Amino acid sequence: MSTTMTMAKAINAGLRAALENHPNSLLMGEDIGSLGGVYRVTEGLKADFGADRVMDTPLAESGIIGTAIGLALRGYLPVCEIQFDGFVFPGFNQITTQLAKMHSRSEGALSAPVVIRIPYGGGIGSIEHHSESPEALFAHTAGLRIITPSNPQDAYWMIQQAVACKDPVIVFEPKRRYWLKGDVDTTAPTSDPFSAHIVREGTDATIVAYGPLVPVALAAAAAAEEDGRSVEVVDLRSISPIDFDTVTESVRKTGRLIVTHEAPTFGGIGGEIAARVAERAFLSLEAPVLRVGGFHMPYPVAKVEEHYLPDIDRLLEALDRSFAY
Amino acid sequence: MDVGHLPASEFDSAGLEQSLMGAPDANPVPDMVQLLTIDGELLQDDTYGSYVQGLTPEELRGFYRDMFLVRRFDEEATALQRQGELVMWVPLTGQEGAQIGSGRALKPQDYVFPTYREHGVAYTRGLELAQLLRRFRGISHGGWDPREANFHLYTLVLAAQVPHAVGYAMGMARDRLVNPKLPEAATVAYFGDGASSEGDVHEGMVFAASYNAPVVFFCQNNHWAISVPTEVQSRIPLANRAQGYGFPGVRVDGNDVLAVHAVTRWALEHARSGGGPVLIEAFTYRMSAHTTADDPTKYRLSADEEAWLDRDPLLRMEKYLRNQGLADDAFFEELREEGRNMAVRLRENVQQMEAPGFEDAFADVYAEAHPLIREELDEHRRYEAGFAGADDANPATTDPAAREHTA
Ligand SMILES: Cc1ncc(C[n+]2csc(CCOP(=O)(O)OP(=O)(O)O)c2C)c(N)n1
Repeated sequence: MSTTMTMAKAINAGLRAALENHPNSLLMGEDIGSLGGVYRVTEGLKADFGADRVMDTPLAESGIIGTAIGLALRGYLPVCEIQFDGFVFPGFNQITTQLAKMHSRSEGALSAPVVIRIPYGGGIGSIEHHSESPEALFAHTAGLRIITPSNPQDAYWMIQQAVACKDPVIVFEPKRRYWLKGDVDTTAPTSDPFSAHIVREGTDATIVAYGPLVPVALAAAAAAEEDGRSVEVVDLRSISPIDFDTVTESVRKTGRLIVTHEAPTFGGIGGEIAARVAERAFLSLEAPVLRVGGFHMPYPVAKVEEHYLPDIDRLLEALDRSFAY
Repeated sequence: MDVGHLPASEFDSAGLEQSLMGAPDANPVPDMVQLLTIDGELLQDDTYGSYVQGLTPEELRGFYRDMFLVRRFDEEATALQRQGELVMWVPLTGQEGAQIGSGRALKPQDYVFPTYREHGVAYTRGLELAQLLRRFRGISHGGWDPREANFHLYTLVLAAQVPHAVGYAMGMARDRLVNPKLPEAATVAYFGDGASSEGDVHEGMVFAASYNAPVVFFCQNNHWAISVPTEVQSRIPLANRAQGYGFPGVRVDGNDVLAVHAVTRWALEHARSGGGPVLIEAFTYRMSAHTTADDPTKYRLSADEEAWLDRDPLLRMEKYLRNQGLADDAFFEELREEGRNMAVRLRENVQQMEAPGFEDAFADVYAEAHPLIREELDEHRRYEAGFAGADDANPATTDPAAREHTA
């Protein structure tokens, strides 16, 4: 059964299904109750499930994550909303030193299956701390899983899969795609949330993208086709773990790889993918792996952010460089 | 304290009495709760007296026994560290009254979130003390299953456990809404005067107040955060902070095991029965070093330490027991013998503890299979296997130094 909906609506429906299917699940965050969150992703849920399961918390990120850990230790399944990417840092300590390590520190005796939703990324013309992509900072910490949907179908299922997962999961939600419409099949999940998907087949080069940049990569591939280049697009979907098998297989076929993300290129996920592909498929590569990402600067002001964000032209330019080898 | 003036790390002994007791005129907290004088005389107390009135001689002796054995344990662990059997130790000497008094107020269904010095509380929970040493022997980041004794793992990031205690308490209260047959329960979050400055204590208290969580915040004010005195953390008695969050705060003489016991029982009943959070500040003193890596002679005066000697929680309880004719020389001699035997067993136990294999470190990073773990484990095995082969060919390469040399 397929329905068309926006990504925000799909996450809302996914959260609703999670609340229905898991009596121990609950949502917590700032302004998520009557307001439905600043992006209205939790709209209507408090009315239907009550303030006990859709909790407007005090304004304190460490408190939100820290109490969620305590609730999880008691057997609850908390889903925390962080209002914006740039505001997760007061909770960073709880996420990296506590949440990520609860299972290993207890030698497997305890688990803290907390889900943390973070709207992330730019392109919405906002002010400081509202457009960042801190995923690599979390991916570097063992014990956390990180996923990011790029379309409503994944959005609907991934949030439910995150709630069902026994490990802590951070769901980075590409906020500028909240209004992206797409078909959602509510009867069957797409697949394992920790696998990558080939969303466009091609033979000459591969672009790996995730979250907000998947539509950009698809548009670049369409434009490249006009130049006679057949570009494969991989939607990574999961940042920890990364499905290197799918990525490597694609590169073995095409011989060229561009990795793109909004986060700064330096120290980002793109570097990790480039290194792995070099290790695994060096002899298949026709050109060095290229990265198209943000610059080593604080996320710039809204009036100039289009120069920072990877777009179709920057991807096409990278393809040109790749083909020049 | 003058603006811009940090207190000197050496106490001025003229101000010592004030620092011991707080300045009553500047202290909106009602007098510090005390039930036993320094000479071991029992005091009347309308609010808290009733919580210790019914204690049997056996129970009263039990308080002393617990404190004695935990101190003996602490001494043995310190010795084990000095002999290289432990990588570090965090002593509790001086804080036995605060820990045994509060720990003995807990019920089995309550749940404790300690920092890292709560060996006495662990003991009251029935935890095998040797297990506490696994972390300090460097063979585990945990050491025990918290669910067996409702005693959580130690946490080294100061105050991080405080919001966990609040969340857990919120969960307990919810559980009882669903199933009223469950016993009333509360959590206790232990932290120090230094940790009280951390944001997580504040956030935890805000959440606790907002959701009326059944949690007791138990601050052991042992006067020092490594080398920094309490005065740098707070310009008011820590117990007074509770008022700002809207719940009761009590300052109790932390070296008076009976007073601590009474106040904690009161606080736990308050929390369990739906009254909401309570902050207890146990006013005590760390007699020993902060850890075995610390050197307190660099920052505190011996006069200060001496002034606390006659406030020793064990000494005070011994005087009381003897005054009341509840214990004689034979009791104390038997206890010393018990302590010696415990120490011998502990030492044997520790020396038998073996480090896990390195591969175990891959085992519990995730609850569900994660491909990166598998990949790196395989890589590690291949690498190790390579050396096994090389060893067969050339035994000299088993020595890591030799390997480096030939590389
Ligand atoms: C977040 C954090 N910062 C710094 C430290 C290093 N540190 C360990 S113990 C300590 C002092 C703690 O003092 P207090 O809270 O009074 O507890 P006590 O050790 O005296 O029981 C410090 C600074 C730490 N463990 N965690």
